[in-house]
Amino acid sequence: MSALAALADMDRLTSGEALVAQNVAFAVMAITMVAAALRMVTTRNVVHAALYLVVVLSGVAGIFILLGAEFVGVTQVMVYIGAIVVLFLFGIMLTKGSFGDDDGVSGERRLMAGLVGLLVFGVMTAALVDSFADAELARSAPSTTAEVADSIFSAYIVPFEAVSVLLLAALIGAIVVARRD
Amino acid sequence: MLLNQFLILSAVLFSIGVYGVLARRNGVLVLMSIELILNAVNINLVAFGAFRASVSGEVFALFVIAVAAAEVGVGLAMVLLLYRNRRSIDLTLIDQLRG
Repeated sequence: MSALAALADMDRLTSGEALVAQNVAFAVMAITMVAAALRMVTTRNVVHAALYLVVVLSGVAGIFILLGAEFVGVTQVMVYIGAIVVLFLFGIMLTKGSFGDDDGVSGERRLMAGLVGLLVFGVMTAALVDSFADAELARSAPSTTAEVADSIFSAYIVPFEAVSVLLLAALIGAIVVARRD
Repeated sequence: MLLNQFLILSAVLFSIGVYGVLARRNGVLVLMSIELILNAVNINLVAFGAFRASVSGEVFALFVIAVAAAEVGVGLAMVLLLYRNRRSIDLTLIDQLRG
């Protein structure tokens, strides 16, 4: 009950206060996500990398909710953190012992990968700053699940059916590839 | 909120994912870096959807999530097959097709 009352108070926040709260939430999540992503691609321990991936995926779910995409945020938590990370952990444990760490990787390889990453980031940031210098996000109500469902089952029904067939094909393909015979 | 703060966060995550795909040798870690790239793309889609006040961006993000789930299933099956045949998932050892 008190949580509900607090939510009602949130509505009465002036636009400026809400904006500050949104920006603070964004900054906290962005810093956490970037730090966890950097640790994920540099850590030696593969299980730790999977757990850092959980942090990044949770941050992405938070960003979705900040953008008013509640259904996508909840789907992100269920599909990614609930299913895909568990699949990764199974994959790591089934192949464990084969690979201690990336000790043998050459410094040159890391250097070139880092250069490519920095180049990609530089080009994309320059293009984005050039194109959307100070475009503001419209402050609007979060989109409801009903709107998303209406859109999927009217305008995007053909891609939806294609994704269904793709999932079935991937399921059968994964079983056939991994089957022990 | 500015549109660009979401787009630049997405660009940072995308670049980190590209680094992970190129620098790591463990097959499972490469798949995880690909997930990072797909999530960066999803942030872009949802941010543009919010910018245009349209739900199409969210619908496309949901499609990307479904395709990513299919990709992880097949990718991990291939990594397991690789482990069963070679007793290793070091991707630098898989170079039989190198010219």
